[in-house]
Amino acid sequence: MTAPATVDTGYEVVIGLEVHAQLLTRSKMFCSCSAAYTTAPPNSNTCPVCLGLPGALPVINRQAVEMTVRTALALNCEIPPFTKFDRKNYFYPDLPKGYQISQYDLPLSQDGHLEFDVDGVRTRCGVTRVHLEEDTGTMHHAGDVLQEATSSLVDLNRCGVPLMEIVGEPDLRSADAAREYLVRLRQILVYIGVNDGNLEEGSLRCDANVSLRVRGATELGTKVEVKNMNSFRAVHHAITFEIERQARVLDDGGALVQETRGWVEARGATVSQRSKEMAHDYRYFPEPDLPPLQLGRDLVESIRAAIPELPEARAARFSSQYGLSAYDAAVLTGVRAEADTYEALVDAGVSAKVAANWQMGDVAALANEHHVALADSGLGVGGLAALLALVESGAINGSTAKELLSELYIVGGDPAALVTERGLGQVGDAAQLAAVVAEVIEANPKACADFRGGREAALQSLVGQVMKATRGRADARMVTTLLRERLSG
Amino acid sequence: MSSAGLTAAAMAAALRRGEVTPQELLADARAQVSRLDSSLNAFLALTDDLADRQAERATEMLRDDRLGAGPLCGIPVALKDVLCVEGYPTTAGSRILENFRPPYTATAVQRLIDAGAVPVGKTNCDEFAMGSSTENSAYGTVGNPWDVERVPGGSSGGSAAAVGAGMVPISYGTDTGGSIRQPASLCGVVGFKPTYGRVSRYGLIAFASSLDQVGPFAHSVEDAAVAYAVVAGNDPRDSTSVIDAVEDPLSALRDGVRGMRLGVPREYMGDGLEAGVRERVTEAIRVLEELGATVEEVSLPSTELGLSTYYIIAPAECSSNLARYDGVRFGMRVERPSLTETYLRTRDQGFGNEVKRRVMLGTYALSSGYYDAYYRRAQKVRTVIAREFDAVFETVDALVCPTSPKVAFTTGAIQDPVEMYLNDALTIPVNLAGLPGISLPCGFSDELPVGLQVIAPRLQDARVFRVAAAYEAATEWHRHRAPLVAA
Ligand SMILES: [Zn+2]
Repeated sequence: MTAPATVDTGYEVVIGLEVHAQLLTRSKMFCSCSAAYTTAPPNSNTCPVCLGLPGALPVINRQAVEMTVRTALALNCEIPPFTKFDRKNYFYPDLPKGYQISQYDLPLSQDGHLEFDVDGVRTRCGVTRVHLEEDTGTMHHAGDVLQEATSSLVDLNRCGVPLMEIVGEPDLRSADAAREYLVRLRQILVYIGVNDGNLEEGSLRCDANVSLRVRGATELGTKVEVKNMNSFRAVHHAITFEIERQARVLDDGGALVQETRGWVEARGATVSQRSKEMAHDYRYFPEPDLPPLQLGRDLVESIRAAIPELPEARAARFSSQYGLSAYDAAVLTGVRAEADTYEALVDAGVSAKVAANWQMGDVAALANEHHVALADSGLGVGGLAALLALVESGAINGSTAKELLSELYIVGGDPAALVTERGLGQVGDAAQLAAVVAEVIEANPKACADFRGGREAALQSLVGQVMKATRGRADARMVTTLLRERLSG
Repeated sequence: MSSAGLTAAAMAAALRRGEVTPQELLADARAQVSRLDSSLNAFLALTDDLADRQAERATEMLRDDRLGAGPLCGIPVALKDVLCVEGYPTTAGSRILENFRPPYTATAVQRLIDAGAVPVGKTNCDEFAMGSSTENSAYGTVGNPWDVERVPGGSSGGSAAAVGAGMVPISYGTDTGGSIRQPASLCGVVGFKPTYGRVSRYGLIAFASSLDQVGPFAHSVEDAAVAYAVVAGNDPRDSTSVIDAVEDPLSALRDGVRGMRLGVPREYMGDGLEAGVRERVTEAIRVLEELGATVEEVSLPSTELGLSTYYIIAPAECSSNLARYDGVRFGMRVERPSLTETYLRTRDQGFGNEVKRRVMLGTYALSSGYYDAYYRRAQKVRTVIAREFDAVFETVDALVCPTSPKVAFTTGAIQDPVEMYLNDALTIPVNLAGLPGISLPCGFSDELPVGLQVIAPRLQDARVFRVAAAYEAATEWHRHRAPLVAA
């Protein structure tokens, strides 16, 4: 990783993350407007409800509730039978009602946790609660900051998009741990299909509460909330900066101020935004326009039953079931669709190891190059399985398969038919190969002498010559055997 | 001859006999408005195009049996100016919404339009429905049809006066703490506040969401029942709307009160009543007894806490509901160099004193450090008040009592806000408990109308109409019209 190493400050670091995740629902939280706010012209995905017009009333989006419950269950939370919405009151132009409908004292879920490894050490971070609220609109200022703007434009397309807040316990003890928690959390959210995981565009947002205390102390130190971190890297940098800043203040005998600080990427520093004295009194109270929600146990259990196998469990199973290394298993299960593709390849008869090597190697490169996953490519999972079956049976060799893969990846086609049509079948006939091998030995006396003199690498260059002479179709293993026989004879 | 002052039922019958057309009824309504409204100021805006369109539509519906014309088809109605009508001014009686034209129509209004009713205009009211006299309107006070120097009550004063003055036979108001029943009482008309959740609040500009309810004014209990039935029923756009089917309010209208047990809450007959009000209501209760009901005194011990409970919960909700009037997206904006200044100046100039008072009260009650002492405690008392009603309804079928402790007072006579709040002392507990309640004329004190209130358990709206109709059938008070109606 490129992030700066965490300096040991002599203090114990206490970090808790608050993560906001937009839900991938079709419509907004309390109205039927489309939640696809990025693609629409400004203020086009709006209605009296999300514009906060006088007289408009909210109606709860059932899909958003279900997605939040799904998330909460994936994070090992309890789902209380009774939950309600509350109003969080404050004035801002991107908040048309003057209050945000959120959840205060009776959230949809509570008391969960997430476990993960940090540098090989098992770490557990509590999840205080996962609750549901609505997103605000967006502001476009003429100028960089509101205070200096001569005018501001408000776009309410995003206003009312379902937003889940995942509040973590202050259980994290380093910037590394905080980043890893966020990585794992994001992976799960994407895995269970509730969020697209885009930190850069803000559909996933992270705030960090950072404080220091003398090692051994039980009371928490003065907490600083860090905002405006738009990548894993920014989270790591900002927290590292904040730890060092706070340590310096304490080392100098100073006192920290409870405040909100923003991470300014360009300056590589956090900057004070708001002190505790300026903090809002949100005047939470129960939302009178929405009756409390009673979540039936049947509903909760049916949501639980539909949660897919999560990445960590799936990686463990891949290791034991398919004999993969921990690393390969983690890579293959990191993205749900990739793991599904892998299992589809194995189901189609490709051996576990071969499937892993190809998927993580050439297929990953092609997917990256074309921005198309194998499952969506012309070749598809079935096509790749057919191609790899030809390799396995010895009908073609590896390099032919690579060429065919890159040729067919987008357009698709029947690999077997193409092999026949173009005569790409592997040359595995001993007599035919023996003749070529003899020619190559004849033409490369120096390399032969080197090999005989003990230079193994010289053999590879001779194999390469044979492959070249057969336009890559020779069975490389057989060529190697033949060369060894001849040169040691 | 003008149809002014007729009941909706009489108009509907005349329409069906072909004696009158919706256009003629509309013309009569307009004539009455233009003759009287310069002194009453009941209307803030006339919805002329909509009314003409609806009169035409009603004509079609009445002509063709298959179009299922209902009892309000072709009937002129008026709408309190807190109900959104697409494209028409909707001010809530506030300067801050002076030029606001909503891009959508309230569910209750849409149901009226679908039923072929003819909305004549938007009626004056206390700003954001906060008041008991309609003196808090930013657009001037409203005269009481029985004495234009006196208030019509509030906050739905314009709607009450419009019916009381024979401008329209049916109007709609909203009742958060008595804002339909109290002006009905003061204007000598029937006013019904449904069970909370019976009529959709979608498109109703909110004052206090957990208390607001839309309901009708009319000359008769039957008209009120019909007017209620047209707008009642579940609305998926209002999550607080009741899902159960609406019991037909006309079904029990002729059943009488024989054998019914009626309770008179002791606390509602206390010292605060004017003598004339006490006498008329006592006589009315005797009439019900003579009709075969058993009447007993009951107790609702927490009644006196109702007012203070209400004046925490309602302002708390209003402080939040009115936050959207910030000058950013709609309504009035007083442009200032900074955002905060723009907020402050807009709200300072846009809101009247009573609104500011309640926003500040509510903000305070919800503030950190005060929430438990005020808002949370008020919610607890609210629950106690509701339970006391539940307990009383174990032994009686309905409650009968005065609507307002006094008759219409002179405009400007009450300056102290708390004294003004006392006007709603007998109506507020009903809102806190979400119950249905009606006010109907039961005589006069000093030539000013007195109202009888009937209260029933939650969702027993039909029972309210049954008791009220029985009283009405045995008396003549509902036939009295203010002298200016026919002048
Ligand atoms: Zn919307």
